[in-house]
Amino acid sequence: MSAVSSIRGLQTPEGVPIQLELASVGDRLVAAMVDLSLMNLAGLMLAILAVFTGGRGRAELAAAVMLVSFFVIRCFYFPIFELRWRGQTPGKRATKIRVISRSGGPLTAKAVVARNLLRELELFQPLGILLAPASVAGDFPPWLGLVAGLWVVVFAVLPLANGDHLRAGDLVAGTLVVRAPPMLLLDDLGATRGRPALQFRVEQLDIYGAYELQTLEAVLRLGNTLDNASTLAAVAEQIQKRIDWTPGAERVGAYEFLSTFYAAQRARLEQRLLLGERRERKRPAP
Amino acid sequence: MSGELRMPSVRFRQEREASWRALEGLVDRVQRSGLRSLSAEELGRLPVLYRAALSSLSVARAIALDAALLAYLNALAARAHVVLYGGREPFAPAFWRFWARTFPAAVRSLGWHTLVAVLLTALGTGVAWRELARDPARFSDFVPPAYAQGRGPEATDADLRQVLQSKETPRSALIHFSSFLFTHNATIGLASLGLGFAAGVPTAYLVLTNGLILGAFGWLYGSRGLGWEFWAWTLPHGVTEIWALLLCAAAGLRMGQALVFPGRVSRLSSLRRAGDTAGVVALGAVAMFLLAGLIEGVFRQSVGQASVRWAVAGSSFALWSLYFSLAGRGR
Repeated sequence: MSAVSSIRGLQTPEGVPIQLELASVGDRLVAAMVDLSLMNLAGLMLAILAVFTGGRGRAELAAAVMLVSFFVIRCFYFPIFELRWRGQTPGKRATKIRVISRSGGPLTAKAVVARNLLRELELFQPLGILLAPASVAGDFPPWLGLVAGLWVVVFAVLPLANGDHLRAGDLVAGTLVVRAPPMLLLDDLGATRGRPALQFRVEQLDIYGAYELQTLEAVLRLGNTLDNASTLAAVAEQIQKRIDWTPGAERVGAYEFLSTFYAAQRARLEQRLLLGERRERKRPAP
Repeated sequence: MSGELRMPSVRFRQEREASWRALEGLVDRVQRSGLRSLSAEELGRLPVLYRAALSSLSVARAIALDAALLAYLNALAARAHVVLYGGREPFAPAFWRFWARTFPAAVRSLGWHTLVAVLLTALGTGVAWRELARDPARFSDFVPPAYAQGRGPEATDADLRQVLQSKETPRSALIHFSSFLFTHNATIGLASLGLGFAAGVPTAYLVLTNGLILGAFGWLYGSRGLGWEFWAWTLPHGVTEIWALLLCAAAGLRMGQALVFPGRVSRLSSLRRAGDTAGVVALGAVAMFLLAGLIEGVFRQSVGQASVRWAVAGSSFALWSLYFSLAGRGR
């Protein structure tokens, strides 16, 4: 997970909050472009189909079917996918984002319809005025094009202007677009047996806090490879200096030292956690 | 301290990992091939495993400092949450419930807003009528030329009458005409609903404009003694269509009101409530527009007698009134 500011807590109906990462504006833009392209492609296919099947006498029927199909695609592409694919559309699936309810409850059909209804206002209507003014309602004065352009810009900027990247449709429907997190359970580093020869005193384990422990975890997860040798050595040296550790008779490698220290440090911090003391950061250096 | 002593968090993970993996497998399968790919027994286990995973997450937050474990449990809970609360209702019951209860109830909840929309339309009609009675030359101020299509004060009685007569048109052309009317009207209706987000002002403007156009045509035909035929020509579909437009406008006004006067709740949650109603009304109105388009395109162009047209107008008014006032009440 990247920047801290993009994490949102979602209260589940069961009362346990889940942390979710907001979808970035870029991801959403890409998703929308994929979806709009698919909609256009579907419309184009229908038009081609209508041209080929609509022979003499049936041309008007074909045109009618096409007109209604365009309308159906425009109005129902997003709602139907978001309902059937649990808050995802093909574009959202491609960018691994999805719509959820801000309240943590179920994503209702009402909310899905409402959030996509506003697309009409945010995008389709002003675009219609911009691209084909006559098709919307008679003749518009030319300055209306300017207003429509401004309109698109205002609604496009809205997701950038609020912390949760909500567009107007999300505001109205009470929804939120989040990144679907990857499910990957990594090995438990604390379960590896350290070197019994390495012993740490309690004072040595009372220096660092949870933040340093998790940073060390991240370093260890890089793996004991040649590439990381210098990083591991530097981290090991710094910790040894800070906790005033004296090497015994046996020589230990940096990775070995660090993973043993990690297990011991985590055991100590978790033990204190059970007693209700959570140490977040290290003690300042003496 | 040696590695021999297992930390509580390590033991915790070892004991529960199997159930997390089981949930992960189920969630993966649902996301790949849908809920139907699960057996009845697996379907029953899903919520149990989900709750167990949530409880694991909450315990892990209290006792574990393993960042990877916390991230995994959080992701697992989030994925499973989507599967359980992702919002998929079976289509058919939801469809019937919508027409039997949700839609009429949403319409009833918009009583005042509908009244305002009706009054605005009436105001537009009245103003156009009065102004035109004074100065017929102002007709083009109220009706855009694209709408008028040559109908205006300068048109002859015969021209005006001709529009009202049934024409011999092939059925396929009528269907085409219906579909055009439907998409056009539905787009205008949805626009007036969506524009409610802009504090309802553009919605009110659109409704007023509709009233002006209606009043201008009413006056035009009325002044030629064609009033009876004109309304017989307009109302069979007009009842459904104008009603749908008024409902869209009412939902738009409701949204505008929610934004400007949120009352005792926050602006966001008040807007969200209005959005629920708006979504329901939009769906219902689209169906009404479809019906109106069919009546207008097919029925009106094939039935010419004014009395039959009046009967259809009257009965559709009665049916909609009954439906909206009675359907789904008291349940």
